Amino acid sequence: MATPNTPLWEVFIRSRNGLAHKHVGSLHASDATMALQAARDIYTRRGEGLSIWVVPSSAITASDPADKAMMFEPAASKIYRHPTFYEVPEEVGHM
Amino acid sequence: MVSNIQVSETPLVLYTLRRADDALVLGHRLSEWCGHAPMLEEDMALSNIALDLLGHARELYSYAAKVEGNDNEEDKLAYLRDVRQYRNLLLLEQPNGDFARTMVRQLFYSAFADLYWRAMTRSSDATLAAIAGKSEKESAYHLRHSCEWIIRLGDGTEESHARTQAAIEDLWAFTGEMFSVDDAERGLIDNGAAIDPAGLRQQWLTTISDVVGEATLTLPNTSWMQQGGRSGRHSEHLGHLLSELQYMQRTFPGLTW
Repeated sequence: MATPNTPLWEVFIRSRNGLAHKHVGSLHASDATMALQAARDIYTRRGEGLSIWVVPSSAITASDPADKAMMFEPAASKIYRHPTFYEVPEEVGHM
Repeated sequence: MVSNIQVSETPLVLYTLRRADDALVLGHRLSEWCGHAPMLEEDMALSNIALDLLGHARELYSYAAKVEGNDNEEDKLAYLRDVRQYRNLLLLEQPNGDFARTMVRQLFYSAFADLYWRAMTRSSDATLAAIAGKSEKESAYHLRHSCEWIIRLGDGTEESHARTQAAIEDLWAFTGEMFSVDDAERGLIDNGAAIDPAGLRQQWLTTISDVVGEATLTLPNTSWMQQGGRSGRHSEHLGHLLSELQYMQRTFPGLTW
């Protein structure tokens, strides 16, 4: 029942042992402060996170689904780009 | 119909029951918004707060039951006492009304609860101090949540401003009861188990005045305050609330699920 002029926000959460914020979903809120509060209430109820980012959905520039073939298919045939042919020494740790 | 239990209200039992009833009654009121809040995000927020309060109530009821030492466990204390045996603040049983009214009630209480439970972490009663330690983090968030809403509602549209102002005027007379102390509690205050809420009043008023001012709203000038909840004299609203809250246990005694 959110009114049409309530902006949409994208929510990113960094989990307890995560290194990066991950996109978890979106919500409606009147401004950034309220968005942060709502994100806390909706997306961290079960201890999912230690840090939250909210970003106005309107700030996101997305790729056009129609460009999918041009954008992503060329990578499919280039398996040599995957680092699966190397052994990572244990000392390197988390990559 | 299951008959009411009798509770031996020693000062510590009575004190603990009063705070447990506060948490249960307000938690129940907030749970009434579940599925009805103005937006999904707020539906979740209000349910979260309701669950915080329910958890708080359970700890307090368990402790009251332990202190009393009869066989009145937490469920019996919640479900098998009648209106006149409930000891909550009148403010907390007031109906939700519109969203503005719910938020004003929440602001008035959370601003108090935040100060109160923070001070109670220094209680000489180890259990109450531990319960306070858990509660103060929750009530700090409840306060922030209601502050942000009051500021936006008051400084929002003409309609949201008018509704919030009306709620402040209607609920103001129920705020005095939070700071009153009777003989039963005086003893606990003297021995350090409880704190004197009168000492929190000025700080509470400062918090409320700041938020209300920022929201372009005003506080009433009236100083007459409604009392009665702490000794079981309630408004007509609590009976209706309890009839819903207690229905299952009254109809199917001892039901568990």
